[in-house]
Amino acid sequence: MTEQVFAHRPDPQPDATGHFGKFGGRFVPEALMAALDELDGAFRDAWSDPEFIAEYNRLQRTYTGRPSPLTDATRLAEAAGGARILLKREDLNHTGSHKINNVIGQALLTKRMGKTRVIAETGAGQHGVATATAAALLGLECVIYMGEVDTARQALNVARMELLGATVIPVTAGSRTLKDAINEAMRDWVTQLDTTHYLLGTVAGPAPFPEMVREFHAVIGDEARAQTLELTGKLPDAVAACVGGGSNAIGIFQAFLEDPDVALYGYEAGGEGVHTPRHAATLTGGSVGVLHGTRSYLLQDEDGQTIESHSISAGLDYPGVGPEHAFLRDTGRATYESVTDTEAMDAFALLCRTEGIIPAIESAHAIAGAVRLGNQLGPNATILVNLSGRGDKDVATAADWFGLTIESSSE
Amino acid sequence: MSRMAEVFAAARAEERAVLIGYMPAGYPTLAGSIALIETMVENGVDIVEVGLPYSDPLMDGPVIQLAVSKALAEGTKITDVMTTVEATAATGAPALVMSYWNPIERHGPEQFAADLEAAGGTGIITPDLTPEEAGPWMAATDHHVLDRIFLVAPSSTPERIQLVCRASSGFVYAASTMGVTGTRTSVSVKAHDLVERTRGATPLPICVGLGVSNGAQAAEVAEYADGVIVGSAFVSAFEKQDNAADGVHAVGALAADLAAGVRARARPTERLEMS
Repeated sequence: MTEQVFAHRPDPQPDATGHFGKFGGRFVPEALMAALDELDGAFRDAWSDPEFIAEYNRLQRTYTGRPSPLTDATRLAEAAGGARILLKREDLNHTGSHKINNVIGQALLTKRMGKTRVIAETGAGQHGVATATAAALLGLECVIYMGEVDTARQALNVARMELLGATVIPVTAGSRTLKDAINEAMRDWVTQLDTTHYLLGTVAGPAPFPEMVREFHAVIGDEARAQTLELTGKLPDAVAACVGGGSNAIGIFQAFLEDPDVALYGYEAGGEGVHTPRHAATLTGGSVGVLHGTRSYLLQDEDGQTIESHSISAGLDYPGVGPEHAFLRDTGRATYESVTDTEAMDAFALLCRTEGIIPAIESAHAIAGAVRLGNQLGPNATILVNLSGRGDKDVATAADWFGLTIESSSE
Repeated sequence: MSRMAEVFAAARAEERAVLIGYMPAGYPTLAGSIALIETMVENGVDIVEVGLPYSDPLMDGPVIQLAVSKALAEGTKITDVMTTVEATAATGAPALVMSYWNPIERHGPEQFAADLEAAGGTGIITPDLTPEEAGPWMAATDHHVLDRIFLVAPSSTPERIQLVCRASSGFVYAASTMGVTGTRTSVSVKAHDLVERTRGATPLPICVGLGVSNGAQAAEVAEYADGVIVGSAFVSAFEKQDNAADGVHAVGALAADLAAGVRARARPTERLEMS
């Protein structure tokens, strides 16, 4: 598997300056430029070092639990026009989502750079939990920035991070959500570059983050492609994934970019509808601009002020998106659609009842998209879906949505 | 000679540093920010940095974050920033805009430069734009004869200092510390070293920002820099007062203290003879 890392990309993006076409790049204070150069060099050095790759693969096998299985979701398929639906089970990874792939890579890189402290932003808490986990595993100090609104709605994940030894700092600036947590992490990073690595959790931010995070998630697509071929004897007709920042989608898309017959679909959080002000669908409802160090699509007003996003899924509730998705959108290689809160929760319930899998609400957006796609493509189609995370963290939200009552013992 | 170059030349003739003061447009209100800027200029601020309030100011500390949040809550738009620039220019002090990149990109670099020129502005500081990404911006600022001020930082390599200096005009902004805006009890020793390293790369004036909050610190920085940039301290001075009148008074008093500071440098630096 180590040899395949770059094998399926004859025309690699980004270019040498970190751009995906007109997207990407680095829009950061000068003070960060040296650190980004250092990180870029360290990443390239590590990712071509067989020893580093072997250690990454060893932890993925013995700690994350890779390879994650592929599940043939036959009962779900009945609701999807009879199309065959294959679920890539990233929900079965340690810590419950795909996030661990990137975190293990960057935590190993942190040690390799001789740094002793990692900081990270988190929205839903999944990336924060994954970062705290890897920090504990590798003996790194860990500080997680989390918007105050999110610390309140994801209290269980705050406790998880603290149990793992991390310090969680609630961010009270701005809209007090993920975007403000990213700002605060950047501010921390610039003051402590000598000791600290900013372990960014998605394929956004200044170069080299979009490329580096993609590479650490490429294992998802590499495995899923081989597993699909083994199971069905052919490539899937379509690949579906949810897109917030876009890391799980990029991870699974990568392996299929050079397969023109495989359609790629990303599903964004449509919230209450892209026609309303309350959504997080940057690629289908946003415009081109610069946020958090990169040029991509984002939600902004006519003066370039960031507009707050909305989604029932905290993990998709981000007003920006990774620059490679912007590139794939504009080149037409991938198609992006939105899925509303209601559609996502219907799919959430459907997957629970048909397959016995409680998905993360983020991933339920991909399920909703696959059901929509299956009904369009018909019974002969095979759709590979990235089930990026499990839904334990979302049980309270789902119970509230479906009007269930939870006996509260501690709240 | 541009209006800003005249200010630097005059200060050099007086063997002192230039005092540059920052205030966000629309803070606490549009009229309020203009009143504060007028007071700053009356009390010795030589060049004004009009802040364009932005939703995600990642190079700013808590003081300026709060001020720009208030300005945005007031409904401050780019047109209000241009109005503030016009009022600033009317005081006779050169008016710069300090803006993160996205509002400029969204407005259109060419249109933004045209609007700023029309408002009587002389240049722009862009804290999250590096020369590598500045292609369209170089063209727009050249076309409208605006100074474009980029930053150097203590972490900048000699190659990057060269790059930033070649792209800059008006002056070069030396960020004194590895961090965000905010008052500090002392100005980082890194600032002096950075100014010396930058000196070798450009004939432009070099101004130091981040962390200066009083006359004594301004005097210290004025010993080696051509200009002293103060932002958070002005906002704090206003914010600490219970009413606007006291706030304006406090901002004026701080400007006077800082203006005395930039005139109190202990010894003219050697490079004066060089320039």
